Amino acid sequence: MPSAPNSFRTGPDERGHFGIFGGRYVAETLMPLILDLEKAYNEAKADPSFQNELDYLLEHYAGRPSPLYYAKRLTEKLGGAKIYFKRDELNHTGSHKINNVLGQVLMAKRMGKTRVIAETGAGQHGVATATACALFDIPCVVFMGAVDVDRQAPNVVRMNMLGAEVRAVTAGSGRLKDAMNEALRDWVATCENTFYCIGTVAGPHPYPAMVRDFQCVIGNETRVQMMKAEGRLPDTLVACIGGGSNAMGLFHPFLDDKGVRLVGVEAGGKGVETGEHAASLTGGRPGVLHGNRTYLLQDKEGQITEAHSISAGLDYPGIGPEHSWLKETGRIEYVSATDNEALAAFQMLCKLEGIIPALEPAHALGHVIKLAPTLPKDNLLVMNLCGRGDKDVFAVAERLGMKI
Amino acid sequence: MSRIAKRFARLKADKRAGLVTYVTAGDPNLDVSYQILKGLPAAGADLIELGMPFTDPMADGPSIQLAGQRALKAGITVDATFDMVRRFRKETGDNDTPILLMGYYNLVYQRGPERFCKEAAAAGVDGFILVDLPPEEADELKPYAVAAGIDTVLLTAPTTDDERLPAVLKYSSGFVYFVSVLGITGTSSATEEAVRTHVERIKRHTDLPIGVGFGIRTPDQAAAIARHADAAVVGSAIVERVKAGLDEHGKAKADLIPGVFAYIKALADGVRGVRKA
Repeated sequence: MPSAPNSFRTGPDERGHFGIFGGRYVAETLMPLILDLEKAYNEAKADPSFQNELDYLLEHYAGRPSPLYYAKRLTEKLGGAKIYFKRDELNHTGSHKINNVLGQVLMAKRMGKTRVIAETGAGQHGVATATACALFDIPCVVFMGAVDVDRQAPNVVRMNMLGAEVRAVTAGSGRLKDAMNEALRDWVATCENTFYCIGTVAGPHPYPAMVRDFQCVIGNETRVQMMKAEGRLPDTLVACIGGGSNAMGLFHPFLDDKGVRLVGVEAGGKGVETGEHAASLTGGRPGVLHGNRTYLLQDKEGQITEAHSISAGLDYPGIGPEHSWLKETGRIEYVSATDNEALAAFQMLCKLEGIIPALEPAHALGHVIKLAPTLPKDNLLVMNLCGRGDKDVFAVAERLGMKI
Repeated sequence: MSRIAKRFARLKADKRAGLVTYVTAGDPNLDVSYQILKGLPAAGADLIELGMPFTDPMADGPSIQLAGQRALKAGITVDATFDMVRRFRKETGDNDTPILLMGYYNLVYQRGPERFCKEAAAAGVDGFILVDLPPEEADELKPYAVAAGIDTVLLTAPTTDDERLPAVLKYSSGFVYFVSVLGITGTSSATEEAVRTHVERIKRHTDLPIGVGFGIRTPDQAAAIARHADAAVVGSAIVERVKAGLDEHGKAKADLIPGVFAYIKALADGVRGVRKA
């Protein structure tokens, strides 16, 4: 295990590495483009007009800041930690994905790109990308696994209505990983005019750092809001992890606050012990895929194995490289919640708080249900409620045997 | 001098360009795949690229994706791929035709770059073409490849400009692989003029031979490449001949192997018909 650094917030290094993780493992055709993006992003970061435009859009278009809500009934029911929700499900388009997409589409515009592509699992990133592209009048193509097109049909319709073209990917197992392969294949052929808007803190450098930076608005707001609500920092932060963007956005601003416990919840599928899960950090090991070195689900040869999760957004055999590094440094705890635990949490939240969560944060809640009762009543716990469940109601109803 | 360097020196002496043929190891099964490998030099291949199937071949088009799936289903492994090469060297006695492994870095990384290089060299492998290991990350492999006497053939693309080329060439040995089109394998083809321009540009930076690939399907196209480059690389179109030789149950028909060799011979005739200065 690497020794703890003075700060956990200084990565990546100039080559895009977080310890041994991250990097730029891409075909040569894309390498010059990635270097261009890195340069353009560094310039944008130093340009106040870029941040001003993004801040304006986040406030007036996306509806930020999202509320920090004290979930009183849930807290009473669980009888332990004082539970707050960071309500990123209330953002325009229904999830935290819009935070990152607005930043990246501004980058696309800044770099003079005339076409945007994206991959999507649950469809939340696809919808957010389609939305921002409609706003900026840029043609948009979203790659989505054929299996996900079926199980997240409402989001496919939304993307179409917003003017995006959705390409169902049948290669491989027709899930998020395959959608990302296909997006990369498109990009290699179209890189001169096309911007690839990656939906999570993964991919080749500078994507993991750039997406993280755009998502840090979640944690930065939480810090201010908690100071206002309770006069101090939170004790415990919990977020679900597929690629890990909502968790990174919440956690990163707190990485150097040693008293704040950070818990990432992976998708345990049918149970990590069954082998049918999407818990890359718990059940995988370091490998190279999709432009970066990170924990991956793979066989002993290095062939990538299928992830399994009821949540299309967590159904990915990898994870952002910074999470892999934070796991190895021990700064963040990574646990998992099963499909059934997420479903139970989904139902509990509907009935107790009148909030229908997406299946992704339902995994985070699945862990909170176990964790909160073990914590004292003065423990301030914030869970990122990163998406709303409209897209999931039919799939959940079917799973629960409800008549529609 | 490595087998690859010797082969290009020989081609130069013969005043012609070479034909590099790509086949996927284990496609459509281990036995037929070995029979194909064994017969490639006689069919006209000057260098051989042996693809290591990967579940997520991000730089490959549908033909090579499907070939990889067939091979993985047939049980191909890294060890079985090394065995194919070892058997080729032993049974054919061919100690001159270079064999390069082509694929994605994760398979190398999982075995450990040092061990992978040693085992590959011991089996009779001459070079690696790793699609997703650009110069930015090549340091983690290069020292072990050098120690094992394995050439590293890096890709250059139309997007690799004059400023960037030296970085790519720094890690290149054996030859330089120019990817002639923006895109994945087996899709579009570059114009002869574009290939000529890029090859001349790369030649200004290096004395290494230049192989050109992506989108070459016909003997005429192979000949056009041979006029400007030191070798023409054909992959997807060969792999499609393998697929065409399968029946509806995926079993190899009797004419699969002869069909593949006849096609390669036609490509080789195209390449060999071009006399070089």
